[in-house]
Amino acid sequence: MSEHGFEAEDLAKRFGRTAALDGVDLAVARGRVLGLLGPNGAGKTTMIRILATLLRPDRGRARVAGFDVVRRPAQVRERIALSGQHTSVDEELTGLANLVMIGQLLDLPRRHAVRRAGELLARFGLEDAATRPVAGYSGGMRRRLDLAASLVGRPEVLFLDEPSVGLDPGKREELWQMIRGLAADGVTVLLTTQYLEEADALADAITVIDHGRVIAAGTPADLKRQVGGHTIAVRLDDPADTEPAAAIMAAVAGRAPERSTRHELVVPVAGAGELFEVTARFRDRAIGVTELSLRLPGLDEVFRALTGSSAPSSTGPVSGPALAPAPDPTTDPATATDPATDSAKATR
Amino acid sequence: MTATVHAPRRPRTRLPGWLRHSLVLARRSLVKTRRNPGPVINGVVTPALFLVIFLSLFGRPVAGSTAGYMQYLLPGVLVMGAGLAGMVSTGTSINLDLKNGVTDRFRSLPISRLAPLLGSVLADIVRYLLAVAVLFGIGVAFGFRVHGGPVAACAAAGLAVLFGFCLSWVTVFVGVLVRDANAVLALGFFAFLPLQLGTSFAAPVDTLPGWLRAWAGVNPVTHVMDACRALLNGTPPGDAGTTALIWCAALFLVFCPLAVRAYARRQ
Repeated sequence: MSEHGFEAEDLAKRFGRTAALDGVDLAVARGRVLGLLGPNGAGKTTMIRILATLLRPDRGRARVAGFDVVRRPAQVRERIALSGQHTSVDEELTGLANLVMIGQLLDLPRRHAVRRAGELLARFGLEDAATRPVAGYSGGMRRRLDLAASLVGRPEVLFLDEPSVGLDPGKREELWQMIRGLAADGVTVLLTTQYLEEADALADAITVIDHGRVIAAGTPADLKRQVGGHTIAVRLDDPADTEPAAAIMAAVAGRAPERSTRHELVVPVAGAGELFEVTARFRDRAIGVTELSLRLPGLDEVFRALTGSSAPSSTGPVSGPALAPAPDPTTDPATATDPATDSAKATR
Repeated sequence: MTATVHAPRRPRTRLPGWLRHSLVLARRSLVKTRRNPGPVINGVVTPALFLVIFLSLFGRPVAGSTAGYMQYLLPGVLVMGAGLAGMVSTGTSINLDLKNGVTDRFRSLPISRLAPLLGSVLADIVRYLLAVAVLFGIGVAFGFRVHGGPVAACAAAGLAVLFGFCLSWVTVFVGVLVRDANAVLALGFFAFLPLQLGTSFAAPVDTLPGWLRAWAGVNPVTHVMDACRALLNGTPPGDAGTTALIWCAALFLVFCPLAVRAYARRQ
């Protein structure tokens, strides 16, 4: 029995002239959550589709729950479930009918399928909507039903393709709780996302990909250390205070803040300590602020820190303990200009 | 060796998995039909209109009387009803499914790649039966008489439905290959005229003009219509019956594997 929930070695897939995946290695232990982080078009959806046996790779090997995805797809399919950014439930059927149908396709006798559907509808707070057609569901309800549909067969490995796209913050937190619950039950999860915040909240390990290549891999703590952890963002009451405020932030953070177009000063810091220091010094100098926040870096900042290439004016890669480096961390200029996105590839 | 965490699987029936799963998916398709009966109604109304129009236009000139022409025309209308349902709705619904995420769900389940396609086609059989039954009822109400007995009548209806089933695999194949549901529809309508009317539908093949006679002679729909007409009018279907069955088998054996292959490979 493999100790990996899934593992991929040198996976490559081209669509026409676009390399969606260009030699990706990926692995996660059973019962862990791997966050696959990257922008649109990075190859995240292609990765999930290969692991879920929906696409054949051009090169490389992948095993899911110990079975090769190309040679033993039937065994893989018995152990996985897929929940996509495009909900994969039938709009015209009711929530209950969707889940019962999947139960029956998984060879549960009808009575068991109905009982399992009832359990899942209750778990995801959809009992009241059970007998209504999905077409009338809200986005959050659909996403929950989609996740419920993925759990009918009690999968060992669950693929979640950008599960929180289009959800409002409250619903997103709810979804995260459910995903954490699954991981606690021992399900191996591959989660793709464009948000470091989401990967940080859910994943035991994060792999960052761009243009079909791994550019960093490690624990969320490693990654945050490398990209500068948190960011302090400040918007001032009075733009005249910009210079002294920037000087304070530079003194505390050890680097000059960036100035965004909306008069925002942004600087990466190690943690909350710097925020308290900045607020204290602002108070002493009577600098008023409209907004003041401590946040995780966005994908832009992550990429800037990891590749040093997407923002020439920035200070470049932050020093810190290196993550397992990818063979070639720079982006490939041949693919960098290709505007194709994951969703465009998925429909090809 | 592998610790499976699946619920106990105890299939109640002895049917093979691919058929059991196809039936589950056929049920889904029928539930959807109940919510959106448009295509089924269309599948009945179009042939019924052809029946009325041809009967009133050509009844006298072709057969000498409307009643006599009814005996000739109705079997062709039944075949048209079954064929039309297969040509238009199946391919379109499969094509729409493919665009929806639900196909990804089906393809990631441990079920045969045949099941989603066969499920859709099996549900359509219910639609052909409905179309054939309604059209037959209309015919009888307007004076059609079965001369071949109940067994022959059932055989004729069965042949029409079988042909609809086999022909629908062509549209399933197209539906899986083509990106646009409208293209599937357009193709269905484009094929409708030559396939359904370029036959012995309105008049016997040997009375048709030369170019049309040549086409109608090789058109499989002609043979199916001739065989149904013979069965309902109490004469042996003969060569037409054999040719019709061979065509059914050929359409199924060629296009069903092609469709399943295209479905499994579609990315």
